Amino acid sequence: MQSTSGDITMIETRQLTKRYGDLTAVDGISFKLEPGRVLGFLGPNGAGKSTTMKMIAGFLAPTSGSASVCGHDVVDDAIAAKRMLGYLPEGAPSYGEMTPLRFLDFVADVRGLSGAKRAQRIDDVIERLHLNGVLEQPIETLSKGFKRRVGLAQAIVHDPQVLILDEPTDGLDPNQKHEVRALINRLAADKTIIVSTHILEEVHAVCSRAIIIARGRVLADATPAELETRSRYHQAVSLTAANMSAAKEALSKVADVAAVEIDPQDHRITAFPKPGRQIFIAVNQALQAQGVAVSEMQLESGRLDEVFRTITQGSGQEARA
Amino acid sequence: MSNIVTVFKRELSSYFATPVAYVFIVIFLLLAGTFTFYLGNFYERGQADLLPFFNFHPWLYLFLVPAVGMRLWSEERKSGTIELLLTMPITMWQAVAGKFLAAWAFIGIALVFTFPIWITVNYLGSPDNGVILASYIGSFLMAGAFLAIASCISACTRNQVIAFILTVVVCFAFLLAGFPLVLDFFAAWAPQGVVDAISGLSFLDHFASISKGVVQLRDLIYFGLTIAFWLYASAVVIDLKKAD
Repeated sequence: MQSTSGDITMIETRQLTKRYGDLTAVDGISFKLEPGRVLGFLGPNGAGKSTTMKMIAGFLAPTSGSASVCGHDVVDDAIAAKRMLGYLPEGAPSYGEMTPLRFLDFVADVRGLSGAKRAQRIDDVIERLHLNGVLEQPIETLSKGFKRRVGLAQAIVHDPQVLILDEPTDGLDPNQKHEVRALINRLAADKTIIVSTHILEEVHAVCSRAIIIARGRVLADATPAELETRSRYHQAVSLTAANMSAAKEALSKVADVAAVEIDPQDHRITAFPKPGRQIFIAVNQALQAQGVAVSEMQLESGRLDEVFRTITQGSGQEARA
Repeated sequence: MSNIVTVFKRELSSYFATPVAYVFIVIFLLLAGTFTFYLGNFYERGQADLLPFFNFHPWLYLFLVPAVGMRLWSEERKSGTIELLLTMPITMWQAVAGKFLAAWAFIGIALVFTFPIWITVNYLGSPDNGVILASYIGSFLMAGAFLAIASCISACTRNQVIAFILTVVVCFAFLLAGFPLVLDFFAAWAPQGVVDAISGLSFLDHFASISKGVVQLRDLIYFGLTIAFWLYASAVVIDLKKAD
């Protein structure tokens, strides 16, 4: 699995494995990540996302296999690898009795920042994460959203090339989620980022590549758009019609339509294409020919949640076989 | 080195960011004074020395040092900050040493605040200040040994109460290692050499010889090695138990 020459690899894992006794939390995960990419780690709870990130961040030692950050092995050359990294652990822990300002001072010191650069970097992250109003309050008294921002601030204060964010939006309200995603998108311009999440909309919002993990194994590794093409809904046509039975009958007669379903909740009708076929135009024509009035009609690109379920649940027998 | 200083400063300032520091210092001074004057008969003895003061230090430390040390690592583990600290570009030993030194310095600060008793005894008579200085050094070293034990046990659990109780028990065993209470337990089955070695581990014996004013190399080495051993054990335990 050699990458094409000239590629720089920011993060690489080779058969990364972590076992706890009989339990294999991470089972031979290999991937490479090029500069400027945002990789989404998807998977059910307990799939091994966090454990993988903890190994890349240098917190846990792999049972076997290896990982490297900017060419530095996370075990043999740990300090150099850690210097390249910004890491937001799950739940964004921080020292509760400290104020955000003192906490950032501490992190800047440990990260070896000094002089004008240090002051400028601290001002920059305070600005970026809108921490101005809470700089002098103990972190333990802050709201969840602010705590998360403080955690993000410490991860980027030294302007690292590689960022590892473990569920950065977990437990935030929709506005805060939106803000964090916008921040990640801005950071993505000059950084390589791994984000773990179990929120699928996030993948579209921030990731240029997605890896689906379940039971410690990589089950899919593709762009979000490619993943969508695996959905049954890919290229399907959904519509709302007043006369449902007439619409359903018209759709069933289209040559390339494999199945027609009516959503029991919102009564939307969906026509699924036969594999590899496009049906939008044919459906449109059929409806007009039959004179069925349609109040809205949409071409589906695919549903990630459905792909996610199929991949992660379908792997049960496969993994045991 | 600069990383140790950074961790040290953060840790020490965190003691003073909460009431812990003030409660500890006040209780330490109150108890030290009470023991010296009431149980130690400081005045009635009619001697210008601080023996009644230093004699109670091992027993004060037995409960107060575990109270300082119990949070060292168990709090980091409970709040998850251990993950933050150990993914910074610092080595395990810098983290262990920085945190330990901060707690030790904190106890040192409490010890410095006992200076009024030194002034008192100098006002009342003319004590041998060399012996008093040696006793302070011995007391500080003993506190360090207790604290290193606390650091290691605190690394074993995320529960501070468990860390406290276990530390008290282990410190108690080390304190009385030279006494029948501990030795009889081993004498029944262990060879004489082992029993002798254990009796040589007694904190009380080593502290007593320093506080007589004789700062011997072997006592300094003893406390130094004890601290080094328990800090090394701390690092090993943290490494082993990071995952849970």
